[in-house]
Amino acid sequence: MRYYAYFPGCSSSEGGAKAYGVSAQAVSKALGIELLELDDWNCCGSTPYSSFEELASFCLSARNLALAEKTGLDLVTPCSSCYVILNRANSYLKQYPDLKAKVDESLAAGGLEYKGTVRVRHLLDIFVNDIGYDTISATVKKSLEGLKVAPYYGCQLVRPSFGFDHPEMPESIDKLIVSLGGETINFPKKARCCGGSLIISEEDLSLSLIGKVLKSALDNGAECIITPCPLCQTNLDAYQKSADKRFMTSFNLPVLFFTQLMGVAFGLVERDLGLKSCIVPAETVLGKYL
Amino acid sequence: MERRTRTDSFIEEVSAIPGGEGIRLCIQCGTCTASCPNADSMDHTPSQLIAMTRAGMKEEVLSSNAMWHCLSCYLCTVRCPRGIKQTDLMHAFECLSVREGLSHGRTLTPAMYRSFNDFVYSLGSLPEAGFITWYYLLTNPLRAIRLLPMALSLRKRGRLTIRARRLTPEGTRQLRAILDKAEELGGVS
Repeated sequence: MRYYAYFPGCSSSEGGAKAYGVSAQAVSKALGIELLELDDWNCCGSTPYSSFEELASFCLSARNLALAEKTGLDLVTPCSSCYVILNRANSYLKQYPDLKAKVDESLAAGGLEYKGTVRVRHLLDIFVNDIGYDTISATVKKSLEGLKVAPYYGCQLVRPSFGFDHPEMPESIDKLIVSLGGETINFPKKARCCGGSLIISEEDLSLSLIGKVLKSALDNGAECIITPCPLCQTNLDAYQKSADKRFMTSFNLPVLFFTQLMGVAFGLVERDLGLKSCIVPAETVLGKYL
Repeated sequence: MERRTRTDSFIEEVSAIPGGEGIRLCIQCGTCTASCPNADSMDHTPSQLIAMTRAGMKEEVLSSNAMWHCLSCYLCTVRCPRGIKQTDLMHAFECLSVREGLSHGRTLTPAMYRSFNDFVYSLGSLPEAGFITWYYLLTNPLRAIRLLPMALSLRKRGRLTIRARRLTPEGTRQLRAILDKAEELGGVS
Protein backbone atom coordinates (compact mmCIF):
# COMPACT_ATOMS: atom_id res chain seq x y z
CA MET A 1 0.00 0.00 0.00
CA ARG A 2 1.25 3.50 -0.84
CA TYR A 3 0.05 6.45 1.22
CA TYR A 4 -0.48 10.04 0.15
CA ALA A 5 -1.98 13.14 1.74
CA TYR A 6 -5.03 13.94 -0.38
CA PHE A 7 -6.35 17.36 -1.33
CA PRO A 8 -9.61 16.79 -3.25
CA GLY A 9 -10.36 20.46 -3.91
CA CYS A 10 -13.84 21.94 -3.60
CA SER A 11 -15.41 20.62 -6.80
CA SER A 12 -14.24 17.00 -6.37
CA SER A 13 -15.31 16.82 -2.73
CA GLU A 14 -18.80 18.33 -2.39
CA GLY A 15 -19.11 20.14 -5.69
CA GLY A 16 -20.02 19.43 -9.28
CA ALA A 17 -17.15 16.98 -9.81
CA LYS A 18 -18.08 14.66 -6.94
CA ALA A 19 -17.88 11.72 -9.36
CA TYR A 20 -14.22 12.60 -9.90
CA GLY A 21 -13.47 12.33 -6.19
CA VAL A 22 -15.40 9.09 -5.83
CA SER A 23 -13.78 7.42 -8.85
CA ALA A 24 -10.33 8.73 -7.86
CA GLN A 25 -10.63 7.02 -4.49
CA ALA A 26 -11.95 3.76 -5.95
CA VAL A 27 -9.34 3.53 -8.70
CA SER A 28 -6.57 4.40 -6.25
CA LYS A 29 -7.66 1.54 -3.97
CA ALA A 30 -7.56 -0.85 -6.93
CA LEU A 31 -3.96 0.24 -7.56
CA GLY A 32 -2.85 -0.17 -3.95
CA ILE A 33 -2.96 3.55 -3.13
CA GLU A 34 -4.47 5.01 0.03
CA LEU A 35 -5.46 8.67 -0.36
CA LEU A 36 -5.68 10.14 3.15
CA GLU A 37 -7.78 13.30 2.98
CA LEU A 38 -6.02 16.23 4.60
CA ASP A 39 -7.83 17.21 7.81
CA ASP A 40 -9.66 20.54 7.64
CA TRP A 41 -8.14 21.70 4.36
CA ASN A 42 -9.32 24.99 2.85
CA CYS A 43 -10.08 26.08 -0.71
CA CYS A 44 -6.89 26.83 -2.69
CA GLY A 45 -8.41 30.15 -3.82
CA SER A 46 -7.87 29.23 -7.47
CA THR A 47 -7.40 32.01 -10.04
CA PRO A 48 -9.94 34.44 -8.46
CA TYR A 49 -7.98 34.88 -5.24
CA SER A 50 -4.62 35.34 -7.00
CA SER A 51 -6.29 37.97 -9.15
CA PHE A 52 -7.47 40.03 -6.17
CA GLU A 53 -5.25 39.55 -3.15
CA GLU A 54 -1.78 38.19 -3.88
CA LEU A 55 -0.60 37.80 -0.30
CA ALA A 56 -3.82 36.25 0.97
CA SER A 57 -3.85 33.85 -1.98
CA PHE A 58 -0.37 32.60 -1.05
CA CYS A 59 -1.57 32.24 2.55
CA LEU A 60 -4.54 30.09 1.50
CA SER A 61 -2.08 27.65 -0.07
CA ALA A 62 0.44 27.98 2.75
CA ARG A 63 -2.12 26.82 5.33
CA ASN A 64 -2.78 23.68 3.29
CA LEU A 65 0.94 23.10 2.78
CA ALA A 66 1.60 23.53 6.51
CA LEU A 67 -1.15 21.00 7.33
CA ALA A 68 0.26 18.58 4.74
CA GLU A 69 3.80 18.97 6.07
CA LYS A 70 2.69 17.52 9.41
CA THR A 71 1.74 14.27 7.64
CA GLY A 72 5.19 13.85 6.08
CA LEU A 73 3.52 12.64 2.87
CA ASP A 74 3.37 13.96 -0.70
CA LEU A 75 0.28 16.11 -1.22
CA VAL A 76 -1.83 14.79 -4.08
CA THR A 77 -4.70 16.58 -5.81
CA PRO A 78 -6.91 15.47 -8.71
CA CYS A 79 -7.71 19.08 -9.67
CA SER A 80 -5.51 20.85 -12.21
CA SER A 81 -6.25 24.28 -10.75
CA CYS A 82 -5.43 23.26 -7.16
CA TYR A 83 -2.30 21.63 -8.60
CA VAL A 84 -1.04 24.87 -10.14
CA ILE A 85 -2.06 27.09 -7.23
CA LEU A 86 -0.45 24.90 -4.54
CA ASN A 87 2.65 24.24 -6.63
CA ARG A 88 3.09 27.90 -7.52
CA ALA A 89 2.84 28.96 -3.87
CA ASN A 90 5.19 26.18 -2.86
CA SER A 91 7.88 27.21 -5.33
CA TYR A 92 7.45 30.99 -4.85
CA LEU A 93 7.82 30.63 -1.08
CA LYS A 94 11.25 29.12 -1.75
CA GLN A 95 12.13 31.65 -4.43
CA TYR A 96 11.08 34.92 -2.76
CA PRO A 97 12.32 35.40 0.83
CA ASP A 98 10.34 38.64 1.36
CA LEU A 99 7.13 36.88 0.39
CA LYS A 100 8.03 33.94 2.63
CA ALA A 101 8.55 36.29 5.61
CA LYS A 102 5.08 37.82 5.21
CA VAL A 103 3.43 34.45 4.70
CA ASP A 104 5.25 33.08 7.76
CA GLU A 105 3.99 35.98 9.85
CA SER A 106 0.43 35.41 8.65
CA LEU A 107 0.62 31.65 9.29
CA ALA A 108 1.93 32.36 12.79
CA ALA A 109 -1.27 34.33 13.50
CA GLY A 110 -3.02 30.98 13.08
CA GLY A 111 -0.41 29.08 15.06
CA LEU A 112 1.06 27.37 12.00
CA GLU A 113 4.44 27.23 10.35
CA TYR A 114 5.61 25.90 7.00
CA LYS A 115 9.20 24.77 6.50
CA GLY A 116 8.84 24.03 2.79
CA THR A 117 9.27 20.26 2.61
CA VAL A 118 6.02 19.24 0.90
CA ARG A 119 5.88 17.96 -2.67
CA VAL A 120 2.65 18.80 -4.51
CA ARG A 121 1.61 16.28 -7.13
CA HIS A 122 -1.26 15.57 -9.47
CA LEU A 123 -3.13 12.29 -9.14
CA LEU A 124 -2.31 11.42 -12.75
CA ASP A 125 1.41 11.84 -12.00
CA ILE A 126 1.05 9.34 -9.13
CA PHE A 127 -0.72 6.82 -11.33
CA VAL A 128 1.63 6.92 -14.30
CA ASN A 129 4.95 7.54 -12.53
CA ASP A 130 4.70 6.01 -9.05
CA ILE A 131 2.49 3.08 -10.06
CA GLY A 132 3.32 2.86 -13.76
CA TYR A 133 1.57 1.85 -16.96
CA ASP A 134 2.49 -1.84 -16.55
CA THR A 135 0.72 -2.14 -13.21
CA ILE A 136 -2.26 -0.21 -14.59
CA SER A 137 -2.38 -2.59 -17.55
CA ALA A 138 -2.19 -5.58 -15.22
CA THR A 139 -5.18 -4.25 -13.21
CA VAL A 140 -7.44 -4.06 -16.28
CA LYS A 141 -10.35 -6.53 -16.15
CA LYS A 142 -12.24 -5.35 -19.23
CA SER A 143 -9.97 -4.12 -21.98
CA LEU A 144 -11.29 -1.01 -23.73
CA GLU A 145 -10.47 -2.53 -27.10
CA GLY A 146 -11.93 -0.59 -29.99
CA LEU A 147 -12.84 2.49 -27.93
CA LYS A 148 -11.58 5.72 -29.47
CA VAL A 149 -10.74 8.13 -26.67
CA ALA A 150 -9.59 11.75 -26.97
CA PRO A 151 -7.18 12.64 -24.14
CA TYR A 152 -7.96 16.23 -23.20
CA TYR A 153 -5.21 17.62 -20.97
CA GLY A 154 -6.42 21.20 -20.75
CA CYS A 155 -3.92 23.75 -19.49
CA GLN A 156 -2.96 23.66 -15.87
CA LEU A 157 -1.98 20.00 -15.61
CA VAL A 158 0.95 20.74 -17.91
CA ARG A 159 1.44 24.53 -17.78
CA PRO A 160 3.37 26.30 -16.40
CA SER A 161 5.45 23.16 -16.22
CA PHE A 162 6.03 21.70 -12.78
CA GLY A 163 8.11 18.93 -14.31
CA PHE A 164 5.28 16.60 -15.20
CA ASP A 165 4.80 15.99 -18.93
CA HIS A 166 5.38 18.32 -21.88
CA PRO A 167 3.67 21.74 -21.66
CA GLU A 168 2.30 21.64 -25.22
CA MET A 169 2.59 18.08 -26.51
CA PRO A 170 1.84 15.94 -23.45
CA GLU A 171 1.59 12.16 -23.73
CA SER A 172 0.78 10.74 -20.30
CA ILE A 173 -2.98 10.38 -20.84
CA ASP A 174 -2.42 8.99 -24.36
CA LYS A 175 -0.26 6.25 -22.86
CA LEU A 176 -2.80 5.69 -20.10
CA ILE A 177 -5.55 5.07 -22.67
CA VAL A 178 -3.35 2.57 -24.48
CA SER A 179 -2.56 0.78 -21.21
CA LEU A 180 -6.32 0.37 -20.67
CA GLY A 181 -6.59 -1.30 -24.08
CA GLY A 182 -8.24 1.67 -25.78
CA GLU A 183 -7.25 3.67 -28.83
CA THR A 184 -5.95 7.21 -28.26
CA ILE A 185 -6.98 10.01 -30.59
CA ASN A 186 -4.38 12.60 -31.45
CA PHE A 187 -6.11 15.97 -31.80
CA PRO A 188 -4.57 19.44 -32.11
CA LYS A 189 -6.52 21.01 -29.24
CA LYS A 190 -5.60 18.41 -26.66
CA ALA A 191 -3.68 20.86 -24.47
CA ARG A 192 -5.52 24.10 -25.36
CA CYS A 193 -7.83 26.07 -23.14
CA CYS A 194 -11.53 25.19 -22.59
CA GLY A 195 -12.38 28.75 -21.55
CA GLY A 196 -12.01 28.13 -17.84
CA SER A 197 -14.11 30.06 -15.34
CA LEU A 198 -14.71 32.84 -17.88
CA ILE A 199 -17.65 30.71 -19.05
CA ILE A 200 -19.45 32.48 -16.19
CA SER A 201 -18.43 36.08 -16.86
CA GLU A 202 -17.56 36.08 -20.59
CA GLU A 203 -19.71 33.27 -21.95
CA ASP A 204 -19.21 34.08 -25.64
CA LEU A 205 -15.43 33.92 -25.42
CA SER A 206 -15.41 30.63 -23.57
CA LEU A 207 -18.12 28.98 -25.67
CA SER A 208 -16.04 29.55 -28.76
CA LEU A 209 -13.07 27.77 -27.13
CA ILE A 210 -15.30 24.91 -25.94
CA GLY A 211 -16.60 24.52 -29.50
CA LYS A 212 -13.06 24.38 -30.90
CA VAL A 213 -11.94 21.68 -28.48
CA LEU A 214 -15.04 19.52 -29.11
CA LYS A 215 -14.76 19.95 -32.87
CA SER A 216 -11.09 19.05 -32.85
CA ALA A 217 -11.79 15.85 -30.90
CA LEU A 218 -14.77 14.85 -33.05
CA ASP A 219 -13.05 15.61 -36.36
CA ASN A 220 -10.26 13.27 -35.38
CA GLY A 221 -12.61 10.39 -34.67
CA ALA A 222 -13.16 10.51 -30.92
CA GLU A 223 -16.07 8.63 -29.40
CA CYS A 224 -15.53 10.18 -25.99
CA ILE A 225 -13.20 12.58 -24.19
CA ILE A 226 -11.37 12.11 -20.90
CA THR A 227 -9.87 14.87 -18.79
CA PRO A 228 -8.00 15.38 -15.49
CA CYS A 229 -9.67 18.71 -14.63
CA PRO A 230 -13.08 19.44 -13.01
CA LEU A 231 -13.54 22.75 -14.81
CA CYS A 232 -12.62 21.29 -18.21
CA GLN A 233 -15.11 18.46 -17.65
CA THR A 234 -17.88 20.87 -16.67
CA ASN A 235 -17.27 23.19 -19.60
CA LEU A 236 -17.09 20.45 -22.24
CA ASP A 237 -19.97 18.41 -20.79
CA ALA A 238 -22.48 20.83 -19.24
CA TYR A 239 -22.00 23.52 -21.91
CA GLN A 240 -21.95 21.10 -24.85
CA LYS A 241 -25.60 21.82 -25.61
CA SER A 242 -24.97 25.58 -25.56
CA ALA A 243 -22.03 25.05 -27.93
CA ASP A 244 -24.28 22.96 -30.21
CA LYS A 245 -26.83 25.74 -30.30
CA ARG A 246 -24.20 28.41 -30.96
CA PHE A 247 -22.30 26.57 -33.70
CA MET A 248 -25.20 24.51 -35.12
CA THR A 249 -23.46 21.25 -34.33
CA SER A 250 -24.52 18.06 -32.58
CA PHE A 251 -21.37 16.88 -30.87
CA ASN A 252 -22.89 14.27 -28.58
CA LEU A 253 -19.48 13.49 -27.09
CA PRO A 254 -19.44 12.05 -23.56
CA VAL A 255 -16.81 13.73 -21.37
CA LEU A 256 -15.43 11.64 -18.51
CA PHE A 257 -12.80 12.05 -15.85
CA PHE A 258 -9.82 9.83 -16.62
CA THR A 259 -10.45 8.04 -13.32
CA GLN A 260 -13.96 7.08 -14.48
CA LEU A 261 -12.60 5.46 -17.64
CA MET A 262 -9.93 3.66 -15.61
CA GLY A 263 -12.70 2.44 -13.30
CA VAL A 264 -14.66 1.07 -16.27
CA ALA A 265 -11.58 -0.86 -17.43
CA PHE A 266 -10.94 -2.07 -13.87
CA GLY A 267 -14.49 -3.48 -13.76
CA LEU A 268 -15.72 -1.17 -10.99
CA VAL A 269 -19.44 -0.67 -10.34
CA GLU A 270 -21.53 2.47 -10.94
CA ARG A 271 -21.36 3.44 -7.25
CA ASP A 272 -17.59 3.86 -7.71
CA LEU A 273 -17.77 5.35 -11.20
CA GLY A 274 -20.47 8.01 -11.04
CA LEU A 275 -21.12 7.79 -14.78
CA LYS A 276 -24.72 8.92 -14.18
CA SER A 277 -23.41 12.37 -13.33
CA CYS A 278 -22.40 12.99 -16.96
CA ILE A 279 -24.73 15.43 -18.73
CA VAL A 280 -24.00 13.89 -22.14
CA PRO A 281 -24.85 10.24 -21.37
CA ALA A 282 -21.78 8.02 -21.37
CA GLU A 283 -23.61 4.70 -21.45
CA THR A 284 -24.24 4.70 -25.19
CA VAL A 285 -20.52 4.68 -25.93
CA LEU A 286 -19.35 2.69 -22.89
CA GLY A 287 -22.27 0.22 -22.76
CA LYS A 288 -20.37 -2.78 -24.08
CA TYR A 289 -17.58 -2.31 -21.54
CA LEU A 290 -19.85 -2.05 -18.52
CA MET B 1 -3.32 55.69 -28.52
CA GLU B 2 -3.80 58.79 -26.45
CA ARG B 3 -1.43 59.01 -23.50
CA ARG B 4 -2.89 60.78 -20.54
CA THR B 5 -0.75 59.75 -17.64
CA ARG B 6 2.79 58.79 -16.88
CA THR B 7 3.71 57.10 -13.63
CA ASP B 8 7.42 56.35 -13.46
CA SER B 9 7.04 54.15 -10.43
CA PHE B 10 4.51 51.87 -12.13
CA ILE B 11 7.10 49.47 -13.51
CA GLU B 12 8.63 49.24 -10.03
CA GLU B 13 5.25 48.35 -8.56
CA VAL B 14 4.70 45.63 -11.14
CA SER B 15 8.17 44.14 -10.96
CA ALA B 16 8.02 43.99 -7.14
CA ILE B 17 5.24 41.40 -7.36
CA PRO B 18 6.54 37.80 -7.35
CA GLY B 19 6.71 36.67 -10.97
CA GLY B 20 6.53 40.29 -12.22
CA GLU B 21 10.25 41.04 -12.20
CA GLY B 22 10.74 39.73 -15.76
CA ILE B 23 8.89 42.68 -17.30
CA ARG B 24 12.15 44.52 -17.99
CA LEU B 25 13.38 41.64 -20.17
CA CYS B 26 10.65 41.93 -22.83
CA ILE B 27 11.85 42.31 -26.43
CA GLN B 28 8.33 42.93 -27.82
CA CYS B 29 8.44 39.86 -30.07
CA GLY B 30 4.69 39.34 -29.63
CA THR B 31 4.83 35.61 -28.90
CA CYS B 32 2.54 36.05 -25.89
CA THR B 33 -0.05 37.90 -27.95
CA ALA B 34 0.10 35.36 -30.77
CA SER B 35 -0.36 32.53 -28.26
CA CYS B 36 -3.24 34.07 -26.32
CA PRO B 37 -6.65 32.45 -27.05
CA ASN B 38 -8.44 35.66 -26.04
CA ALA B 39 -6.09 38.33 -27.45
CA ASP B 40 -8.69 39.34 -30.08
CA SER B 41 -11.13 40.45 -27.41
CA MET B 42 -8.64 42.50 -25.39
CA ASP B 43 -8.50 46.27 -25.79
CA HIS B 44 -4.71 46.01 -25.41
CA THR B 45 -2.82 42.83 -26.24
CA PRO B 46 -0.54 41.17 -23.67
CA SER B 47 2.61 42.53 -25.32
CA GLN B 48 1.07 46.02 -25.54
CA LEU B 49 0.37 45.91 -21.81
CA ILE B 50 4.06 45.30 -21.18
CA ALA B 51 5.11 48.17 -23.45
CA MET B 52 2.52 50.46 -21.84
CA THR B 53 3.70 49.52 -18.36
CA ARG B 54 7.26 50.39 -19.31
CA ALA B 55 5.99 53.70 -20.66
CA GLY B 56 4.39 54.39 -17.27
CA MET B 57 0.82 54.31 -18.56
CA LYS B 58 -0.57 53.11 -15.25
CA GLU B 59 -4.16 54.19 -15.56
CA GLU B 60 -4.55 52.90 -19.12
CA VAL B 61 -3.10 49.50 -18.18
CA LEU B 62 -5.07 49.10 -14.97
CA SER B 63 -8.40 50.08 -16.53
CA SER B 64 -7.93 47.69 -19.46
CA ASN B 65 -10.19 44.67 -19.93
CA ALA B 66 -7.23 42.57 -21.09
CA MET B 67 -6.13 40.93 -17.85
CA TRP B 68 -9.75 40.12 -17.00
CA HIS B 69 -9.95 38.14 -20.25
CA CYS B 70 -6.84 36.15 -19.31
CA LEU B 71 -7.72 32.46 -18.88
CA SER B 72 -4.57 31.53 -16.96
CA CYS B 73 -3.83 28.94 -19.65
CA TYR B 74 -0.12 29.76 -19.32
CA LEU B 75 0.64 29.31 -23.06
CA CYS B 76 2.34 32.73 -23.14
CA THR B 77 4.39 31.87 -20.07
CA VAL B 78 5.79 28.61 -21.42
CA ARG B 79 6.53 30.15 -24.82
CA CYS B 80 8.16 33.47 -23.87
CA PRO B 81 11.73 33.42 -25.22
CA ARG B 82 12.80 35.75 -22.39
CA GLY B 83 11.27 33.63 -19.64
CA ILE B 84 8.77 36.31 -18.63
CA LYS B 85 5.90 35.00 -16.54
CA GLN B 86 3.22 36.78 -18.53
CA THR B 87 0.35 35.07 -16.69
CA ASP B 88 1.74 36.31 -13.36
CA LEU B 89 1.91 39.80 -14.87
CA MET B 90 -1.78 39.54 -15.75
CA HIS B 91 -2.56 38.58 -12.16
CA ALA B 92 -0.41 41.47 -10.94
CA PHE B 93 -2.32 43.90 -13.19
CA GLU B 94 -5.59 42.53 -11.84
CA CYS B 95 -4.56 42.93 -8.20
CA LEU B 96 -3.25 46.47 -8.78
CA SER B 97 -6.37 47.37 -10.75
CA VAL B 98 -8.57 46.28 -7.83
CA ARG B 99 -6.38 48.14 -5.33
CA GLU B 100 -6.57 51.34 -7.41
CA GLY B 101 -10.33 50.98 -7.95
CA LEU B 102 -9.94 50.80 -11.73
CA SER B 103 -11.57 47.41 -12.38
CA HIS B 104 -14.82 48.95 -13.47
CA GLY B 105 -17.62 48.05 -15.76
CA ARG B 106 -16.20 46.71 -19.01
CA THR B 107 -16.14 43.07 -18.00
CA LEU B 108 -18.00 40.97 -15.44
CA THR B 109 -14.92 38.94 -14.50
CA PRO B 110 -13.98 41.10 -11.47
CA ALA B 111 -17.51 40.70 -10.07
CA MET B 112 -17.32 36.95 -10.65
CA TYR B 113 -13.95 36.70 -8.91
CA ARG B 114 -15.21 38.83 -6.04
CA SER B 115 -18.22 36.55 -5.47
CA PHE B 116 -15.87 33.57 -5.46
CA ASN B 117 -13.49 35.18 -3.00
CA ASP B 118 -16.26 36.28 -0.62
CA PHE B 119 -17.20 32.64 -0.10
CA VAL B 120 -13.62 31.41 0.21
CA TYR B 121 -12.89 34.06 2.82
CA SER B 122 -15.97 33.44 4.93
CA LEU B 123 -16.28 29.65 4.63
CA GLY B 124 -12.83 28.42 3.58
CA SER B 125 -14.57 26.51 0.79
CA LEU B 126 -16.38 27.23 -2.44
CA PRO B 127 -20.02 26.11 -2.66
CA GLU B 128 -20.66 26.37 -6.39
CA ALA B 129 -24.42 26.98 -6.19
CA GLY B 130 -24.02 29.77 -3.65
CA PHE B 131 -21.20 31.37 -5.57
CA ILE B 132 -23.07 31.48 -8.88
CA THR B 133 -26.25 32.78 -7.21
CA TRP B 134 -24.31 35.50 -5.39
CA TYR B 135 -22.57 36.47 -8.63
CA TYR B 136 -25.88 36.88 -10.49
CA LEU B 137 -27.39 38.86 -7.64
CA LEU B 138 -24.41 41.21 -7.78
CA THR B 139 -24.47 41.59 -11.54
CA ASN B 140 -27.75 40.86 -13.28
CA PRO B 141 -30.42 38.77 -11.53
CA LEU B 142 -32.45 38.50 -14.76
CA ARG B 143 -29.65 36.61 -16.49
CA ALA B 144 -29.95 33.92 -13.83
CA ILE B 145 -33.25 32.80 -15.31
CA ARG B 146 -31.51 31.77 -18.51
CA LEU B 147 -29.29 29.49 -16.48
CA LEU B 148 -32.14 27.69 -14.79
CA PRO B 149 -32.30 24.74 -17.25
CA MET B 150 -28.56 24.18 -16.77
CA ALA B 151 -28.91 24.34 -12.99
CA LEU B 152 -31.77 21.83 -13.04
CA SER B 153 -29.89 19.43 -15.27
CA LEU B 154 -26.83 19.59 -12.98
CA ARG B 155 -29.05 19.18 -9.92
CA LYS B 156 -30.74 16.13 -11.45
CA ARG B 157 -27.35 14.45 -11.82
CA GLY B 158 -26.28 15.24 -8.28
CA ARG B 159 -23.89 17.95 -9.38
CA LEU B 160 -25.37 21.01 -7.72
CA THR B 161 -25.03 20.80 -3.96
CA ILE B 162 -26.69 23.57 -2.01
CA ARG B 163 -25.05 22.88 1.33
CA ALA B 164 -21.48 24.13 1.63
CA ARG B 165 -18.59 22.07 2.94
CA ARG B 166 -17.59 23.59 6.28
CA LEU B 167 -14.24 23.57 8.02
CA THR B 168 -14.22 22.79 11.75
CA PRO B 169 -14.89 25.88 13.91
CA GLU B 170 -11.18 25.90 14.92
CA GLY B 171 -10.14 25.57 11.27
CA THR B 172 -12.40 28.45 10.26
CA ARG B 173 -11.03 30.66 13.05
CA GLN B 174 -7.47 29.73 12.15
CA LEU B 175 -7.94 30.50 8.46
CA ARG B 176 -9.65 33.81 9.28
CA ALA B 177 -6.75 34.80 11.58
CA ILE B 178 -4.23 34.01 8.84
CA LEU B 179 -6.12 35.91 6.12
CA ASP B 180 -6.76 38.91 8.38
CA LYS B 181 -3.07 39.08 9.24
CA ALA B 182 -2.24 38.94 5.52
CA GLU B 183 -4.58 41.84 4.87
CA GLU B 184 -3.01 43.81 7.69
CA LEU B 185 0.44 43.25 6.16
CA GLY B 186 -0.78 44.67 2.86
CA GLY B 187 0.34 43.36 -0.51
CA VAL B 188 3.19 41.05 -1.36
CA SER B 189 5.59 43.89 -2.02
